[in-house]
Amino acid sequence: MSTFPWLTVAGAVPLIGAIAIALTPGRSAAGSPADRRARDLLVKRLALVFSLITLALTIVIAVKFRPGGPRFQFQQVYQWIPQFGVHYAVGVDGIALVLILMSTVLMPVVVLASWNDVEEVAAGATSAAPGKRARRGRSAKSYFAMMLVLETMMIGVFAATDVFLFYVFFEAMLVPMYFMIGSYGVGQRQYAAVKFLLYSLLGGLLMLVAVIALYVYSTHGGHQGTFLFTQLSHLALSPTTQKWLFLGFFVAFAIKAPLWPFHTWLPDAATSAQPGAAVLLVGVLDKVGTFGMIRYCLDLFPSAAHFFTPLVIVLSVVGILYGAVVAIGQADIKRLIAYTSVSHMGLITLGIFAMTSQGQAGATLYMVNHGFATGALFILAGFMVSRRKSHLIADYGGVQKVAPVLAGLFLVAGLAGLALPGLSTFVSEFLVLVGTFTRYEAAAVLATAGIILAAIYILWMYQRTMTGPVRAEVANMPDLKARELWAVAPLIALIVVLGVYPKPALDIINPAVHSTLVGVHSRDPVPPHPASAQARQASTTSTAASSTAPTSTAPTSTAPTSTTSLVQHRRGQRSQTLRKQGSSA
Amino acid sequence: MTGSVHAALVPHAAAIASLHATGIQAAAGLLLAFPLAGAVILLLGGKRTNSWGHLVGVAMPVLAFAYGVAAFVQMLGYPAAQRSRELTLYQFINVGRFQVPFGLRLDPLSICFVLLITGVGSLIHIFAVGYMSHDPDRRRFFGYMNLFVAAMLLLVLADNYLLLYAGWEGVGLASYLLIGFWQYKDSAAVAAKKAFVANRVGDAGLSLAIMLMFFQFGSVTFTGVFGAAPKASNGVVTAIGLLLLLGACGKSAQLPLQSWLLDAMEGPTPVSALIHAATMVTAGVYLIVRSAPIFNLTPDARLAVAIVGAATLLFGGIIGCAKDDIKKSLAGSTMSQIGYMTLAAGLGPAGYIFAIAQLLAHGFFKATLFLTAGSVKHEMNDEVDMRRFGGLRVAMPITFGAFFCAYLAIIGIPPFSAFFTKDPIIEAAFSKGGVSGALLGTAALIGAGITSLYMTRMLLMTFTGRRRWDEGQHPHEAPPVMIWPAILLAAGSLAAGAIFILGSRLQSFLGPVIGVPPVSHGIFTVYGLAGLALVIAAAGLAWVLYGRREVPAAAPAANPFTVAARKDLYGDAINEGLLMRPGQWLTRLSVYFDNRGVDGLVNTVAAAFGGSSGRLRKVQTGFVRSYALSMLVGAVLLVGTFLLVRL
Repeated sequence: MSTFPWLTVAGAVPLIGAIAIALTPGRSAAGSPADRRARDLLVKRLALVFSLITLALTIVIAVKFRPGGPRFQFQQVYQWIPQFGVHYAVGVDGIALVLILMSTVLMPVVVLASWNDVEEVAAGATSAAPGKRARRGRSAKSYFAMMLVLETMMIGVFAATDVFLFYVFFEAMLVPMYFMIGSYGVGQRQYAAVKFLLYSLLGGLLMLVAVIALYVYSTHGGHQGTFLFTQLSHLALSPTTQKWLFLGFFVAFAIKAPLWPFHTWLPDAATSAQPGAAVLLVGVLDKVGTFGMIRYCLDLFPSAAHFFTPLVIVLSVVGILYGAVVAIGQADIKRLIAYTSVSHMGLITLGIFAMTSQGQAGATLYMVNHGFATGALFILAGFMVSRRKSHLIADYGGVQKVAPVLAGLFLVAGLAGLALPGLSTFVSEFLVLVGTFTRYEAAAVLATAGIILAAIYILWMYQRTMTGPVRAEVANMPDLKARELWAVAPLIALIVVLGVYPKPALDIINPAVHSTLVGVHSRDPVPPHPASAQARQASTTSTAASSTAPTSTAPTSTAPTSTTSLVQHRRGQRSQTLRKQGSSA
Repeated sequence: MTGSVHAALVPHAAAIASLHATGIQAAAGLLLAFPLAGAVILLLGGKRTNSWGHLVGVAMPVLAFAYGVAAFVQMLGYPAAQRSRELTLYQFINVGRFQVPFGLRLDPLSICFVLLITGVGSLIHIFAVGYMSHDPDRRRFFGYMNLFVAAMLLLVLADNYLLLYAGWEGVGLASYLLIGFWQYKDSAAVAAKKAFVANRVGDAGLSLAIMLMFFQFGSVTFTGVFGAAPKASNGVVTAIGLLLLLGACGKSAQLPLQSWLLDAMEGPTPVSALIHAATMVTAGVYLIVRSAPIFNLTPDARLAVAIVGAATLLFGGIIGCAKDDIKKSLAGSTMSQIGYMTLAAGLGPAGYIFAIAQLLAHGFFKATLFLTAGSVKHEMNDEVDMRRFGGLRVAMPITFGAFFCAYLAIIGIPPFSAFFTKDPIIEAAFSKGGVSGALLGTAALIGAGITSLYMTRMLLMTFTGRRRWDEGQHPHEAPPVMIWPAILLAAGSLAAGAIFILGSRLQSFLGPVIGVPPVSHGIFTVYGLAGLALVIAAAGLAWVLYGRREVPAAAPAANPFTVAARKDLYGDAINEGLLMRPGQWLTRLSVYFDNRGVDGLVNTVAAAFGGSSGRLRKVQTGFVRSYALSMLVGAVLLVGTFLLVRL
């Protein structure tokens, strides 16, 4: 593998973009509104270009990534603060890679979708809060610069392989998001931003304590202390220590995810944020929590993870059903989407703690798919809201008739929200459920009830906004503009492609999940009555058959060989570790 | 008796090996590709395709039908034991043991459905060209119809349960789109959502069945599951069977998930024809018959299937008798006829063949009935109240003729379809023996009479007697594009039963896949004759009530039983009382709890730390400082700890 620092470069490009944007002439420079508009356009174009370059770089990384290779690839380790064993250490496994890709795909989409949001804020704020001079410093410039800074941190948080570095990114991400909500949001934005910040800080502090403690334990026995993940994961910790440290990390991640009952900041924050910021918040920042669980909570503290599994499973199932029921009752479209996310995040944590390969691969894939699906839903809802200037579902009706493209895409995104087969979320949701079922049947059964509730909250929302007689207020609503269509079309395309052909993503994810399961000492349950190996690979007789129907066995003799060779060919492309897994099956 | 039946038949059913599809069959993906391409072209093409979209929409199912016939001919060329062919297009999901191919299975069972779906489906598409000619959204309509056909084909062609489930939900989506096609009407939007949600309840059952299969057998392919099922405990197999039944109840509108079907009439009539005759409601029966190797192992689950079927066939028939809306009456009829199929499927190998025979014959006569009813509705300016019809025989003679053929077929006058397909079901139900056999058989027998009653009533109220329509209406024969499909289907209605049953054609074709009945009955049996007598008596009763007497233009006051039947036997009321109202309360309570309970608690705790909630709100003015301060504190803590550790 080349020594070119791909990850660092990919992470640095948005930061450079942010600096470039910061260097453009500011608002203080005098000029006519036309000049100002030209300056804003330059800023937006810069943001778009830099986010696209970042996307291209991460695609290169994904192409060069070898699923069968070592767990962490594109690794770079430099000493940062040698006195404390802090490193600048980055590298990706399959899980981190797909999440980085998801983030960098979302970023240009969000930039495009947010094109006019900042002006709208300025206009909306004057009418909403007259007399308040809240518009100070609110320019397209800083909004898009912050977005790019956030992108650097998103790449950093997924790529970090040093726990301290991870913590730094984890906390630093709060700052741009805080301002994006607090300064550029709508409604009760400052309340929402502070709530988001306080919650996150609380979790962050708990994690900080656990991080430091980890370091302390790594110095035991006269060793040089370290924060490197690969070394910490071999640390021998007593079960009690593991439990405390697990909780330190877990609570931070549970707040971030958010897992019930730590979820109440999310609906406020997502409702108050601009659609673009809401996409990054729910699509990416939430995933940092679940990513943290699967990377840090399981690998670093395996016995504690098993100890707390029943609790997490219960919280997840409660979250799935509770989030869905509360979503049904929402009157605000953005709050509704936020609560569906609470439900879906419950499914993700359920999949992670089911500790099966299907559960965890499904959960990881779900993180990606949820980013795209909920992202598309937030963006399209945002387009609609920007036209009618209302979040309330009751203010809409009959939009399908006047804006069929908007309604059609909204329906597809909504159907992805209810995990319709053919769309990407189905694959991940079913993997989570089936992976959970093999170990916790009751939890899986209850979680499956969530798919009925999902149909209700999505379709009822669609019914109230899009169908029925056209309301007078929406009668002149324009359909999607070209820019808006371009923003959301890639997401819809990805939702469909990954729904029909999820294998490329699963091929990247599977080995990493396998490593995680090895790390947490968990194996998939063996089915009590396994289908014969031949039968499982389809197209041959069952054992019962060969005895009773000899005529049918003879002509089949060619069939199994070709299938088997096909299967072997496929397996040959996969990693050694996976082959081991396959044969143990 | 059942024990010996399954001992004899289970290995046989599982014995059919699947070979690789070759020749024409190797391109079986085309069956999905044609209608899917149609849907994509029409839905993404937008207004550009408005002028010629419907032609693409018709061409695609016709092409699929042509391909299906070719594949069928190729299949007939193989020896009976080698007719099951599989084809893997690509690997769909690969996680650990969960290996799911995107695989198709062409065997006698699936090809029957392919021909029904594409054949009857094509005729319905052609009819719709005329029926929807004035609708500005005709192109979108054909896009959805093609999607429907594609999803249904995926359902019947899948070689594993997960892919079947994908088609299953795809059918749910297509029906949602089509029932709500006129979505500017609130009633249509509500009906569409109701159909989807009721189906989702069934879908949850099916998905749990798949999970249980994977948990037990480590496989979700038909070959894998059927091979391993005999090793599993009776409890497991029964559980799988009952979960599959729940799925079937949703799609096939069987009790207790039946209520969506009556509202589904909100869609344009060709949709009703497609849902009721060629696709969707037959899916549940397909699922049970396809899963024969599982149901053969579990008499308990089979009995549950049979009871659901028997109850639904009476339930639907009674509703059919009470409705004045011709489409709703037909919907009740569908429920009832599908009930027959479900009952037959629940009888195990004794009934599978007849379930499929009834299903295929029903595809013809129900399609005919809906198309002719659609023509009537079309000509009567969207009037559907049969009390405002009457005497249409003169105005629409060909339509009446087609309807009459289907009428003869559905009530089972020999030698027409249902006589051959329904009587064996009654016979097989009685032959099951015991109390359950007697009860099931009696239900099926009474159902035959009820069928005759509501169908005769419909025939008389619509086509005979005095005109009860307004002066402004001028019904005349529908255009050829709508008439010809009905004529062809009517011919099929008359002949289907005889073709399938005489000479045991369907039995010898399907037998290798789903087993054959242990004993064969004659054509005229004592139960068959009893059924025939009942049918004729019921027709006579209907004539006395609706033919001889004048039909009042408004529904007369009625006894409580009739009132109940008019209200769908309180199916909706029960759902509303048991599910919707409590659900609404739960939702409201949860929202309240979330705002006041969880969030309130958090705010209170935060306020306690901050002194008061007023202070908390003030925090926001100094938030930058407080954040900076907390970061500083954190940093000091961190460095301090480092120093401590180093020391």
